[in-house]
Amino acid sequence: MINIEIDGKQIQTENGATIIEAAHQAGITIPHFCYHKKLSIAANCRMCLVQVEKAPKPLPACATPVAEGMKVYTHSEQAVKAQKGVMEFLLVNHPLDCPICDQGGECMLQDMSVGYGGGNSRYQEEKRMVLGKDLGPLVSAEEMSRCINCTRCVRFGQEIAGQMELGQAFRGEHAEIMSFVSGTVDSELSGNMIDLCPVGALTSKPFRYKARSWELSRRRSVSAHDSLGSGLAVQTKNNRVLRVLPVENDDINECWLSDKDRFAYEGLNSADRLTKPMIKQDGKWQEVEWQVALEYAGNGLRHIASGAGAEQIGALATANSTLEELYLLQKLMRGIGSQNVDFRLRQSDFSADGKQQGAPWLGMSIADISRVDRFLVVGSFLRKDHPLLAARIRQAVKKGAQANIIHSVDDDLLMKVANKAIVAPDALVEMLTQVSKALAAEKQGQSASGEAAAIAKSLAGGERVVVLLGNFVQQHPQAAQLQALAQQIAALGNGKFGFLGEAANSVGGYLAQATPGAKGLNAASMLETPRKAYVLLNVEAELDCANPQQAMSALQAADTVIVLSAYKHHAMEYADVLLPVAPFTETSGTFVSTEGRVQSFKGAVKPLGEARPAWKVLRVLGNMLKLQGFDHDTSEAVRDEALNGVDVAAKLNNAIGGVEAKAAAATCGLQRVSEVPIYATDAVVRRSAPLQATADAETPQAWLHSDELKKLGIQPGTAVRVGQGQGSVLLIAAADDKLPRGVARVAAGHAATAALGAMFGTITVERA
Amino acid sequence: MKNLINFFKSFLLLEFLKGMTVTGRYFFARHVTVSYPEEKTPQSFRFRGLHAQRRYPNGEERCIACKLCEAVCPALAIKIEVAQRADGSRRTTQYDIDLTKCIFCGFCEESCPVDAIVETRVYEYHGENRGDLYYTKSMLLANGDKHEAQIAADRAADAKYR
Repeated sequence: MINIEIDGKQIQTENGATIIEAAHQAGITIPHFCYHKKLSIAANCRMCLVQVEKAPKPLPACATPVAEGMKVYTHSEQAVKAQKGVMEFLLVNHPLDCPICDQGGECMLQDMSVGYGGGNSRYQEEKRMVLGKDLGPLVSAEEMSRCINCTRCVRFGQEIAGQMELGQAFRGEHAEIMSFVSGTVDSELSGNMIDLCPVGALTSKPFRYKARSWELSRRRSVSAHDSLGSGLAVQTKNNRVLRVLPVENDDINECWLSDKDRFAYEGLNSADRLTKPMIKQDGKWQEVEWQVALEYAGNGLRHIASGAGAEQIGALATANSTLEELYLLQKLMRGIGSQNVDFRLRQSDFSADGKQQGAPWLGMSIADISRVDRFLVVGSFLRKDHPLLAARIRQAVKKGAQANIIHSVDDDLLMKVANKAIVAPDALVEMLTQVSKALAAEKQGQSASGEAAAIAKSLAGGERVVVLLGNFVQQHPQAAQLQALAQQIAALGNGKFGFLGEAANSVGGYLAQATPGAKGLNAASMLETPRKAYVLLNVEAELDCANPQQAMSALQAADTVIVLSAYKHHAMEYADVLLPVAPFTETSGTFVSTEGRVQSFKGAVKPLGEARPAWKVLRVLGNMLKLQGFDHDTSEAVRDEALNGVDVAAKLNNAIGGVEAKAAAATCGLQRVSEVPIYATDAVVRRSAPLQATADAETPQAWLHSDELKKLGIQPGTAVRVGQGQGSVLLIAAADDKLPRGVARVAAGHAATAALGAMFGTITVERA
Repeated sequence: MKNLINFFKSFLLLEFLKGMTVTGRYFFARHVTVSYPEEKTPQSFRFRGLHAQRRYPNGEERCIACKLCEAVCPALAIKIEVAQRADGSRRTTQYDIDLTKCIFCGFCEESCPVDAIVETRVYEYHGENRGDLYYTKSMLLANGDKHEAQIAADRAADAKYR
């Protein structure tokens, strides 16, 4: 520890800290633009100049390390003169167009010039002009003359997003920020540049000219779009969500937010929103009153339960429904005597049920990821499925951790990957077995060669090892075996293993007991052996299910399908009752993040039209069916009942026993590898126009190794017919030589591929 | 004795004459009242009356939808909605002033960076229904067009004091 003095205040600070850090710890403000606690130091704005005793000139506080006995003055004559001078220089070229600038009212430059600038400018000459740039549908860079060249956005790209998409070109007065390579900013974290920009140069395109910062009400919420549980500040005006900003929490999302969480709100008020209850009579859809629709739904369920039997009713919910909704749904199903309820719609292997001791989770806290020194990430589209976890792992790798990857695709993770093994989906089990064997051998001092051995060697060299299983593993037909193998590897490496949760409530679903009971059917078997009636909560069957073909045929054949959904979508084709429910910004609820953090939130706005929170709808349905225990007044009461006496931490357990790893039988033909594209994961995201305009939301293509394409006689860029089961779709073929041979990568969860079958298995590709 | 004095006072109409002297004095003194509406009091160029929105000489509306007037209005009488116009500029799609709420403080005019919203010398307006005093953007612009010469002259007269 070092003792210094700032403005006469004695401060103890760590050796190596800078003056600005010490000052911020002590609550002393030093004006700054380019300095940001999460980014490297650039010291190019010169706003933080302070006087330091014995130094001949003022020093930049952000780049000057503290020294014992240092005396710093932030308001001395010299410091104030420096601040005034810098401020005048910054304003020389900054247009004074605050009235039409979107940043007006929340602009650092505006605030600082009031606090530290002079009354008027002496500058009479012409100002420089920088042409605006088109950086894509999310970030607006139309007014680049406003840029003060702090380079925060550039450093963010290099250091956090892992990709230098923006850079500063030219020198001196001609210096300007521009995009490199692609011309647009395609990072899945690009929205953070908007927050970082201290002026109005980079602003939010969807929010452009929508409202002023002082008009917005700020409501705390939790992200419903990925498993991290990022804190959201939902900003609303006139009962409409106009913007979403991050809430800082170093244990979860730090001060960042993925673009998916930031811009998904644009889908909330889409034209596809269901605003009135509807029932289908004589093949025609009619808008009805809630009472009529609920009675119709209740009678439908009662009729099936008393006739064909309650086990003929199945309930499916998505994993981004709230804990309360999932809890009441399973309670309703169990109340009418059916055990068929599930929320793991994209899972295909359920053999872990009963063998698993608790709810699968991350296996550690999110913050602990930063302290891991050896990663083995198995089957994860890391950057797209978990943008902020990927950023955390990227930081750990920068500090010296080694990342090892086992997967069926080799996408650029924008970080240094120590070893990787890219194998076909059916060889994943074999690969993990090899790694496990090699690690055991490594521990006994024998080393071998090969991919598996290299990974084992890397793992053996670490102190804090973690094996992370991605969405691809969870959806894999041998998921339980892969889990058992991960457990084995983690045990050998004295480390931990865990799941990178798929959705906001992947853990919460287990805590809400929304899993099938002893004799119940799981999500896959419920559709494999069609039921007579289904209750769907927030589900878009053709996009959310592991096997859309099977799901659609089961739903179309069913007698009664009751859909609780915020959107109309394709449910009109198979449903009998549509009950409008509220998306997460319009209801209170709880999400349990992948690290087991229980976070409750309140509604930010009123439900649109006649939509109602789903927990209320389920509660009334329970009352209509005369079931016991449906008398909750608030969602908090539902949550307390669901988690009553449950020690959440004790429930989280990845341990699995009694699963034997067996290599899959060799398959002939092409195997499908599929991911759910980043902006196709849930109903709200799918309807967000700006997200759908990004490069990540392009129509899926059929990716094959160029050797495979040659074998099939297909030119990349031409249309091909991709077939699976009874369905086929036309896609554009594309070559990716990083894919293993014998594999076709065709994304799921997208309308263009919804006619295909399971996410895994054989697939045919032929010339169209 | 008292009765006698009172008798003479009323007999000689003394009190009446006293009153008439006051009347007479004011009859010949300088008049301070004006006979509105034939006559009108003089106005300052800073007079704050009915609002108007101004245009530039080329016909382009001045307002850039910065919302400062809405923010500063102590009576919350102004309502603005903004959108991007086809040419990319920031413009209002709605600019309403509820004159039943307005307290004519002039803050809107004071805060306007482009002298778009002004208070004119017009004070003779009325509404037969409550809604008549809800001035929309087109009404305000029409006001501005009608009184532009006077508005411009007033701003010019005031400029040297600013």
